[in-house]
Amino acid sequence: MNLTVDKLNVSYGDKEVLKNISFSVNKGEIATIIGPNGSGKTTLIKAASRCLKPTCGNIYIGDMKIDEMNTRTIAQKLAVLPQVKNVSSDVSVEELVSYGRYPHLKFGKKLCREDKEIVDWALEKTGMKELRKRYAVSLSGGERQRAWIAMTLAQKSRIIILDEPTTFLDISYQLEVLELVRELNQSLGLTVIMVLHDLNQAARYSDKILVMNNGRICCMGRPEDVVNTCLLKDIFKINADIYDDKINNCLFLIPRNTIA
Amino acid sequence: MDSKNMKIEKIKKKSILFIFICLSAASFLISIGNGAVKISAGEILSALLFRQDTVNSQIIWNVRLPRTIAASLTGTCLALSGSILQGVMRNPLASPNIIGVSSGAGLMTLIVLILFPEFYFLAPLGAFAGALLATMFIYFLAWKDGAGPNRIILAGVAVSSLLGAGNNAIMTFYPDKVSGIIGFMVGGLSATNWQDVFTIIPYASAGIIMVLLIQNKLNILMLGDEVATGLGINVERTRFFFIIISSLLAGAAVSVVGLLGFVGLIVPHMTRLFIGSDYRYLMPATIFTGSFVVVICDTLARTMFAPVEIPVGIIMSALGAPFFLYLLRRKAEY
Ligand SMILES: Nc1ncnc2c1ncn2[C@@H]1O[C@H](COP(=O)(O)OP(=O)(O)OP(=O)(O)O)[C@@H](O)[C@H]1O
Ligand SMILES: [Mg+2]
Repeated sequence: MNLTVDKLNVSYGDKEVLKNISFSVNKGEIATIIGPNGSGKTTLIKAASRCLKPTCGNIYIGDMKIDEMNTRTIAQKLAVLPQVKNVSSDVSVEELVSYGRYPHLKFGKKLCREDKEIVDWALEKTGMKELRKRYAVSLSGGERQRAWIAMTLAQKSRIIILDEPTTFLDISYQLEVLELVRELNQSLGLTVIMVLHDLNQAARYSDKILVMNNGRICCMGRPEDVVNTCLLKDIFKINADIYDDKINNCLFLIPRNTIA
Repeated sequence: MDSKNMKIEKIKKKSILFIFICLSAASFLISIGNGAVKISAGEILSALLFRQDTVNSQIIWNVRLPRTIAASLTGTCLALSGSILQGVMRNPLASPNIIGVSSGAGLMTLIVLILFPEFYFLAPLGAFAGALLATMFIYFLAWKDGAGPNRIILAGVAVSSLLGAGNNAIMTFYPDKVSGIIGFMVGGLSATNWQDVFTIIPYASAGIIMVLLIQNKLNILMLGDEVATGLGINVERTRFFFIIISSLLAGAAVSVVGLLGFVGLIVPHMTRLFIGSDYRYLMPATIFTGSFVVVICDTLARTMFAPVEIPVGIIMSALGAPFFLYLLRRKAEY
């Protein structure tokens, strides 16, 4: 299922933060949003996940406008992992993941066998099986992040939106989360939209990169077409050299210095 | 092994719930049995089951039973109301008293009782209207592209102190009428009768049923607005609905018991310490703990300094605060 954003404008009060954003992410694609701090990435994610109302413009899932869809129906098609999350001190990993089934539950009904199997599957996929009885607050940052990802997986949606899924994780957990995202994308055909700060990771794991600056998308395309020295100079204000990573079959960059 | 663990956890919670139900039933017997005339449990049961014409049966049916039921209902309403507010605001300090719902109900009741005493029978209606108006006003103040929990609480505290000033002003202008309403200000149940019970039953039961139907949503709301939206909950609408239910419950209670503080704040916490924060267990448990606490405190209020009766609010605060601090210290991780 593809997600299309059409001429989207979003403001906080009278401060316009997103200006005329249009793009489309195709079914089965991994699209990564990059951009400097404050460029509007989180705002875009929030608008796409209906947490913020746009001042104008539309968002489509397939060919349906999201503001004309029932919020539960959207939740069955699109799962979101926001940056800021909250969990009570006595919620176990298993319970947390089972909340992912909420959009599929009928009014007043409990989890059925199928729901439980899906929860098991999500725990398995994220390698959280051994930790399922633990309280979510007692986990390490990386383990907790994987528990939340398991919750979004349990939603069984075709599209997943992740805001900075790797922040606060050490390098091995970062790799693990991104490998998991790619694995899910390849095995289940999930459409993924995420925000990353690490440009090397963005280049390695994305089919498409969207570069944001000052509330606009300034360019988008395949990583090798988008990430170049000009972009790094203009948008990220660094001088960097770009190399070819033969092993992972992608490009990588080594920053030299910032441009004062 | 794993699923066994889960089962044990569930059985544990269900047994705690069962204990609460028993305690609350026992508190009914204690409350009905104690007072100027002591009545044994056996006699109470036979009087309740087969209406007799004895004096004790008269006392039970005309005085103690309505009062005990009123105490139980107000306790349940206030505790549920507080529990809901703490959930939707994700703030442990939220309670009908602190966010201004009670003072709205209180001010309207005072206005009716003092300024229009001939319409005293409209006091409960005034209380609901007051609670609802206060809620709307708080929402209006807090609204700015949606109403986040923090803004609602801040607006609530402001509205609460504004309404409190209104309460005090009325009492200053009508000092002669103050003595009659002191019980109302601290919360008291003296002279409650069947009439009171029948007035609040519809509101209380409507509130309780609605809470039990949608308690599951509170668990999801606790995950944060964005996660809840992602899981298909209309956060603003759900929060508003819960707040309306909680002001309905608080209004019902205030119209009978007055500004009984503390129950709405502390009983939910107490219950949570025993049964955890899963609202599917917390809500049913709160119904019984709220009832238990107020029924017992009211019994103490009637009997401790007999024949003088002190307002139940005083007992509540005097016993509740130390007990709550004790619980907090014992459960260090809370
Ligand atoms: N609640 C808010 N009210 C007003 N302005 C806001 C609000 N949230 C964000 N902004 C502003 O909107 C702009 C975009 O913010 P946003 O959080 O989308 O940036 P970002 O690209 O996610 O940045 P980062 O890389 O630091 O996460 C910034 O200028 C920010 O100051
Ligand atoms: Mg951000």
